[in-house]
Amino acid sequence: MSTTETGTAAAGAPGGGPSGGPGDGAGAPRRGIAARIVGRVGGGVAQFLLIVVAVVWLVPTFGLLVASLRSTSDNGASGWWKVFSKPGQLTFSAYSDLLGKGDFVDSFWNTVLITVPATLLVVVIASLAAYAFAWMEFPGRDWLFLVVVGLLVVPVQVALLPVAKLYGSVRIGSFHLFGSITGVVLFHVAFGLPFAIFLLRNFFAAIPRDLLEAARMDGGSEWTIFRRVIFPLGGPAIASLAIFQFLWVWNDLLVALVFADTGSQPMTKWLQSQMRQFTGNIDILAPGAFLSLIVPLAVFFAFQRYFVQGVLAGSVK
Amino acid sequence: MAEVALRGVGKVYADGTRAVTDLNLGIADGEFLVLVGPSGCGKTTALRMLAGLEEISEGEIAIGERVVNRVPARDRDVAMVFQSYALYPHLSVRDNIGFGLSLRKVPKAEIRRQVDHAAQILGLTEYLDKKPRNLSGGQRQRVAMGRAIVREPQAFLMDEPLSNLDAKLRVQMRAEIARIQRDLGVTTVYVTHDQTEAMTLGDRVAVMKKGVLQQVAPPQELYDRPANLFVAGFIGSPAMNLLQGSLAGDASSARLTVGGQTLELPASVFETRPALRDFLGRDVVVGIRPEDMEDAALVPAAGDAPGGTLTSTAELVEAMGSDVLVHFTVQAAQVVTEDTRELARDAGTDVLGKLEGPHTGLVARFSPRTTIRAGDPVTVHVDTGRLHFFDIESGSAIWGGDAGSSREDEE
Repeated sequence: MSTTETGTAAAGAPGGGPSGGPGDGAGAPRRGIAARIVGRVGGGVAQFLLIVVAVVWLVPTFGLLVASLRSTSDNGASGWWKVFSKPGQLTFSAYSDLLGKGDFVDSFWNTVLITVPATLLVVVIASLAAYAFAWMEFPGRDWLFLVVVGLLVVPVQVALLPVAKLYGSVRIGSFHLFGSITGVVLFHVAFGLPFAIFLLRNFFAAIPRDLLEAARMDGGSEWTIFRRVIFPLGGPAIASLAIFQFLWVWNDLLVALVFADTGSQPMTKWLQSQMRQFTGNIDILAPGAFLSLIVPLAVFFAFQRYFVQGVLAGSVK
Repeated sequence: MAEVALRGVGKVYADGTRAVTDLNLGIADGEFLVLVGPSGCGKTTALRMLAGLEEISEGEIAIGERVVNRVPARDRDVAMVFQSYALYPHLSVRDNIGFGLSLRKVPKAEIRRQVDHAAQILGLTEYLDKKPRNLSGGQRQRVAMGRAIVREPQAFLMDEPLSNLDAKLRVQMRAEIARIQRDLGVTTVYVTHDQTEAMTLGDRVAVMKKGVLQQVAPPQELYDRPANLFVAGFIGSPAMNLLQGSLAGDASSARLTVGGQTLELPASVFETRPALRDFLGRDVVVGIRPEDMEDAALVPAAGDAPGGTLTSTAELVEAMGSDVLVHFTVQAAQVVTEDTRELARDAGTDVLGKLEGPHTGLVARFSPRTTIRAGDPVTVHVDTGRLHFFDIESGSAIWGGDAGSSREDEE
């Protein structure tokens, strides 16, 4: 492993090497050439390894995609890679069958109805709380923040039973919190907040104080400062938080198994219920699983452009 | 535009640290006041209290007619230029300058007009659509100025606005700030640790030390009649030479002895400084500005100016072109008071009075026609009419009657 490391470290050198070479003195050129060779080879090795890892990582997903595009009988008869010799096998029938199933479509919308509010609420509440923790003076602020940080280590499993009991006691008319989408959302928000507040507070605290003071001098109230200075500057952190939270809620099965009923179940729970003990049921699971992962991918690529490096450059000094 | 008044203002931090003590300052409408002092002297704290970014522990601050102690920063109607510029990185130059106006719900067209106007004053018109990160230091500084200008505030507050610029740009921007302030006529409080900025910009300069105001005066008066040792040593570059001496004789023919050498004092010295009579026969601190010394060889022998001479050896000769700085030593005791220690700390030389025997280094500013070289014996002509005298105990300047006690000079 260490050879690869030195290799990649040296890989940066060749770029500046040719121009810097002559100035290095008498003994230098020989070492320069060696370093360049090592660099090129090392760089190549590192690249190769990365590609291998990426391919290995993607093969199952690709297999899933291909399997979802073959008929049940083809999948039963041969492995998905056979498709390369028989491209004629490809068909969208599994998808059209699946999308024709009302309960799948319902569960897809349930997932959306759970994930979107759970993400938005966490982002909004956490960024407000993080601003207060980072920039507002109030008694007990640091202790309260320590409590929030402490909550990071509370495992979800510990809370399942108490929260289930609590939910069971909440009934308003015909509405039962237990088994409702609202219940699932609240649980996700509660367990998403500690990490979200922690992440954003540290990011906000790194914003130069002068910027906030300048905004205050310019006539900004706390709310205006938050909305027009902190929130835009916190963009990268907020975007990454949104992605984290979105993926975590979208892919969640445990919370849904405990708190959702058949009317409010998300896709993960529905897919899990389609598993059979003795048959693969691949014509449902493969397209269902692929549909469930295409949305997070889209979200990731949509937010990715907000990860701009150095958004703070040029503000102070 | 308004008058600004600080009355008995003090600042004590939560941990008990005292940053500012009993600060009394009146700033006239349209005046340019510079607060100057070494780092940690409380000048920035004073400015931040004025801005509303720091709570006022004691006393009161009034802007115009209004006491603003309990008024939050956003309602004080003052604009601040920060040392770091504090530009909003996510906004264009135009939006940066117009930010304060847009928060005040000024109509868009009006904001546009005012921003264009400010940009024109500052020469920023072609940069209006750029982001701060694409600007140079000087341009960023001007954007920060622009943000203050468009607000048309009661007062400008500037916290070392030039300290992040390189030397050449600093001189240029200094002139720019002076011009803009004069054109707009806005009351301005400017904080700096740079005494050149203080002297060139200020209508009046307030010198602070350890949270206490030392003297407020127009720059030339500050230079000519420093109220105490600290102001004397802080204002001027190279700094005023301070050494111990003793006065003897009577007012008509007084002698000043420094390091075993004697200077005759003309009677005029006592006419302008009546209080000095009380110090005859006592030790005093003598201050000599470098330019009040000259190579004796270049002074006409007739000696029309009152003067005496000191002899020593030139240890270092620095030719500056327009003049020559000559460093030499006399066998006089160094002045070690709280003031001079503070000055030494500011200059970064913490070793005072650690030398064997009485020994004080002096710097003289000679005419470039001098032929002195390092190592040569040197006879220095001292313009004794322009000497400064300080009480060795209190450090206050010795003038006459009331002028001498101007340590807490108000207005």
